[in-house]
Amino acid sequence: MHNFITYYLGTGFWTSLLSSILPLIWIFPYALVAMWIELKVSAHMQDRLGPMRTGGWHGWAQPLADVAKLMQKEDIIPVAADKALYVLAPVLVFIGSYAAYAAIPFSPAYIGANINLGIFYIIAVSAIVVLGILMAGWASNNKWSLLGAMRTAAQLVSYEIPSSLAVLAVIMVAGSMNLNDICAAQSGWFWNWFAFGRFPFLFITFVIYFIASLAETNRAPFDIPEAESELVAGYHTEYSGMRFAFFYLAEYANMFTVSAVATLLFFGGWNSPFGAFMSGPVWGLFWLLSKAMVLIFVQIWLRWTLPRFRVDQLMYLSWKVLTPFALANIFIVGLWTVLK
Amino acid sequence: MNSVNRYFSNIGKGFWTVMVGMKVTMRHLFTPAVTVQYPDARMAIPERGRNRLYVNMDDCIGCNQCGMACPVDCITIETAKSLPTEDLGTTSTGQKKRLWVTQFDIDFAKCCYCGLCVPPCPTECIYMTDVYEFSEYNRNNLIYNFTTLTAEEAAAKTQQAREAEKEAAAKKAAAAAAAAAQKAAQAAKAVASTPPAPAIQPASPVAAANSKSEPAKTTRPGAQEDSGNSAVSSEQSVSAIEKPAEAAVNKDNTKDSAN
Repeated sequence: MHNFITYYLGTGFWTSLLSSILPLIWIFPYALVAMWIELKVSAHMQDRLGPMRTGGWHGWAQPLADVAKLMQKEDIIPVAADKALYVLAPVLVFIGSYAAYAAIPFSPAYIGANINLGIFYIIAVSAIVVLGILMAGWASNNKWSLLGAMRTAAQLVSYEIPSSLAVLAVIMVAGSMNLNDICAAQSGWFWNWFAFGRFPFLFITFVIYFIASLAETNRAPFDIPEAESELVAGYHTEYSGMRFAFFYLAEYANMFTVSAVATLLFFGGWNSPFGAFMSGPVWGLFWLLSKAMVLIFVQIWLRWTLPRFRVDQLMYLSWKVLTPFALANIFIVGLWTVLK
Repeated sequence: MNSVNRYFSNIGKGFWTVMVGMKVTMRHLFTPAVTVQYPDARMAIPERGRNRLYVNMDDCIGCNQCGMACPVDCITIETAKSLPTEDLGTTSTGQKKRLWVTQFDIDFAKCCYCGLCVPPCPTECIYMTDVYEFSEYNRNNLIYNFTTLTAEEAAAKTQQAREAEKEAAAKKAAAAAAAAAQKAAQAAKAVASTPPAPAIQPASPVAAANSKSEPAKTTRPGAQEDSGNSAVSSEQSVSAIEKPAEAAVNKDNTKDSAN
């Protein structure tokens, strides 16, 4: 796809613009669908029905209606807020989650930026989200917002280490940081996927990464920064209208990023589970998206299953459980790789 | 070693409980929802549920027992006596109807759905139905007129009853006058025989003089109190009179919904 674009448009400004916009074409419909799935899954898990009227069939248009409502809403900026930072924060949050899409190989033929440090870039750039959240919490000039932002920062240092260590184990096995290469190393049948390689150590790595990525997306059970029962809405308490929508969109974009990364690292990415059957550039896109959607469903499932962690419980989990396990995993996987 | 055991068993328990929780939520994902899609589907109303009142005017004898039982005074009943020549028929319980019910209004904005009006009814014509959806944008639309007479008919009946009453009063007065005349005649006959009457007359001016001179000041507050008390009762009656006026304004709207 990228080659296709460069063939027709060269490698100038327009190519960059077009390839940077392409993931948006996926994000918007995906976010709407994910919102709807979240509404319906949460409702049915609580033996409710959820939206049933909007749009006719099972309230399929509810997210559309929500977005339309958010766009019409008044854009409120508190008088005491730091206006420049307040306006910049949601943009930065969205940039942080959107920038990661550049290095995600959606299919063997399409990757925004085929860089050798792909996974490293994604981990690095998605930390900008935390910067944006911290900015939002500080600029709102509201105690709830600030508390939520501080918690995000505290959370970041807790989850980034196990998640990075988990990624490191995969990198050692694949021998590359380029996500396309990592995917290619898992081609073939589904037992070639890294989740089932070096069994069970890489699967444990996957669990560690998944738990850490839940914390990264600030979703339950790790929604400590926005804990609505304690902090109103955490860092986005003061936001309304489109700016709030940006936070919301960023959350869903981030959910997809971490799911896509987990898919790429552990579940073969764009590889078909059946070897050469149903594989190719378009099937690659299908497999990546559907695998990521399954992981997103698991995220939603967990959100409506588990209660929120306390801050100290998160610290305990990250520092005393995930980090030692990730380190032990790295040691064993590394040893296995060396001695193979 | 104990703490190490606890550490690992904590992790194991943590995973186990998460799995159990996920199993529970997954099971509930596929259990049918308890939601009733309200306007499309409705829950069954309990058999003895108390919802909107209904008055079967065919059986109403206008006794106002329901109105008296009502703790919030939401039932307003006005009646007019029927002429002896009119036959209003009998109720289903075999009671003869003697009153035209010119007004039978229930204000459902006031009604507290206690059902106290139902047992006193001698003909069992007021009862609670299972209708519970009758919200209105205008509060006055919640005043339901149950009477079967139109406003003109009701006015005519009231007028007729009043005239009949007047006639009866006139007749009574005439009869009384006749009786008085008769008595007077008899008294005159009696006076002729024994004349003690003038002896009483001097006594009454004395009493009048007493009441004029001293208790004049005290009587006035007493009179005010009396008028105050009567004002309270008259207020109630005024509001009772106003209600029909309100109802008359919305008569056209409510007539449909009442039936």
